[in-house]
Amino acid sequence: MNSGTVIETQGLRKVFGTRVALEGLDLVVHRGEIFGLLGANGSGKTTTIRMLCGLLAPTSGQARVVGFDVTRDPEKVRHRIGYMSQRFGLYEDLTVVENLRFYSGVYGLRGTEAKLRIAELLEELDLGPRSRQLAATLSGGWKQRLALACATAHRPDLLFLDEPTAGVDPASRQRFWNLISAFAARGTAILLTTHYMDEAARCERLAFLLAGRLIADGTPDEITEHFGLPTLEQVFIDLQARAEAGTEAA
Amino acid sequence: MTLLERMLASPFWPMLRKEFIQMRRDRLTLGLMIGVPAIQLMLFGFAIQTEVRNLPTIVLDESRSSESRALIAAIENTGNFRLRGVVTSREEIHRQIVKGEAAAAVIIPPDYTDDIKQGRTAVAQVIVDAADPLASAAAIGGATQAGNARSEALLGAKRKVEPPVRISVRPWFNPTLRSSVYIVPGIIGVLLSMTMVVITSVAVVRERERGTLEQLIVTPISRTGLLLGKIVPFVLVGYVQITVILLLGRLVFQVPMLGSMPLLYAVALPFIFASLAIGILLSTLVQTQAQAMQMGFLFLLPNILLSGFMFPREAMPAPAQWLGAMLPLTYFLQVLRGVLLKAAGPDAVWRQALVLTGFAFGVAAVAVGRFRKTLE
Repeated sequence: MNSGTVIETQGLRKVFGTRVALEGLDLVVHRGEIFGLLGANGSGKTTTIRMLCGLLAPTSGQARVVGFDVTRDPEKVRHRIGYMSQRFGLYEDLTVVENLRFYSGVYGLRGTEAKLRIAELLEELDLGPRSRQLAATLSGGWKQRLALACATAHRPDLLFLDEPTAGVDPASRQRFWNLISAFAARGTAILLTTHYMDEAARCERLAFLLAGRLIADGTPDEITEHFGLPTLEQVFIDLQARAEAGTEAA
Repeated sequence: MTLLERMLASPFWPMLRKEFIQMRRDRLTLGLMIGVPAIQLMLFGFAIQTEVRNLPTIVLDESRSSESRALIAAIENTGNFRLRGVVTSREEIHRQIVKGEAAAAVIIPPDYTDDIKQGRTAVAQVIVDAADPLASAAAIGGATQAGNARSEALLGAKRKVEPPVRISVRPWFNPTLRSSVYIVPGIIGVLLSMTMVVITSVAVVRERERGTLEQLIVTPISRTGLLLGKIVPFVLVGYVQITVILLLGRLVFQVPMLGSMPLLYAVALPFIFASLAIGILLSTLVQTQAQAMQMGFLFLLPNILLSGFMFPREAMPAPAQWLGAMLPLTYFLQVLRGVLLKAAGPDAVWRQALVLTGFAFGVAAVAVGRFRKTLE
């Protein structure tokens, strides 16, 4: 694996009982890249992210993340990745700053280092005025921002965002993307899933999953060209139709 | 990094701090953790009375003499019977016992006084509702006692005689034979097992249900750091519960505290720890908080029945004794009763302390081993 890649998978496969959730995924993500994983619900996006984070064990195949084998060295991987789950996973009964203190502490930041980093995150994500507010009382957009702050407390090399902007208003989405772009500009690679095609268009590279199989990957332009369709939206709709036809046929 | 630096950098500390903040915010749960032992103590302490007094008793006195009245007085004086009326027929006795209005009946036949005067053995009858064995044992004991008392009085009135054999019984450690003296120390153990097991398993499962565990396990926190940070605050809760029950037990039930409190608190540590580890273990077997609660109560049942809390283990069949030997509560109860009622010292309880420490480490090892930092 060369030093410019943060994710490299070979034949990654996951089976739940008798259902194949992911079939032989080969994927490469480079340092500082914003990589979008697209596909209909149930196409295997979340399963992929969970395996790459070490939350699920692959049934077969290999995955190297930030230079380590996910199955053999999950703890080494965890020091250098950040993860935002689909569902808000922070403590609602803690305040904004308590959540940040907790996560920076768990990632090993102590004393002055932790204080400076928390101040920096509050400033950068504009969370300062809300720092004493309980997480439960934040609106969707602010919750997402807090989750992003916690996931990046340790300045990870790679950030996994599973549908980070689902249910968030357009203005918050816009701000969220500006933050993501800023992280990427500083060298953090980002692997995200989304159902918004305007967001997909902002990714440098995309991969389309259909029923657990990778069917296309490349830049947004390469994808539209590959399918001979004018927009990503239409590619997505076309793929969804195929997926549904496939389910009916089966 | 030195060992100390590594310890200070452990994610255990932020975890511990977070748990304390959450505990402080959750006032209801905190109140329940202290209020529940107090309420349970009152319920158990007042309701569990294994000594039976004041059985409602009716009398059919067909002799109607001073002798028969003396016998009735002797029966009443045992304290096991409370006279609630006089009846005139055996049918009436049957009817009242069936209806539950009386639990015992004294029948003194017409020739009772004549027999005594003629030097024959006079026979009186006590009928007992033996459906409840505890009550009937008390009635049988009381009746025998009253019979002996009357015999001695009558014999003594004629000539001074001493019975050839007399067994002198001295009830040590609980001379008045009050159940609460025996039950209250046990309640400390039973309540600790229940609350410790349920609160830890619920606390872990709640993180899983709310999705916070998913976020937590992608961090570098170790399983041991995570679980220790989760359970250490509950050790303090356990000590608060012990103190609440001891104080109430002393004030309300006058339970003696003869032995060393530091010794009791020291041996409580491995017991609390073992109970918390059992809670973690249960959390790895269930998916929801409701299931965790049910498992907790399922665990409570053998603890109440087999640990010696209510029934003496010596009387149980061997398999029940073996099961009881697998419960930490069995050993902690011996320590509680030993220290509180008999002033047992370290020489008397070190074996139990050792077994409890073994439980604590053993169960914790299994629990940490079963706890997976994955979603599967």
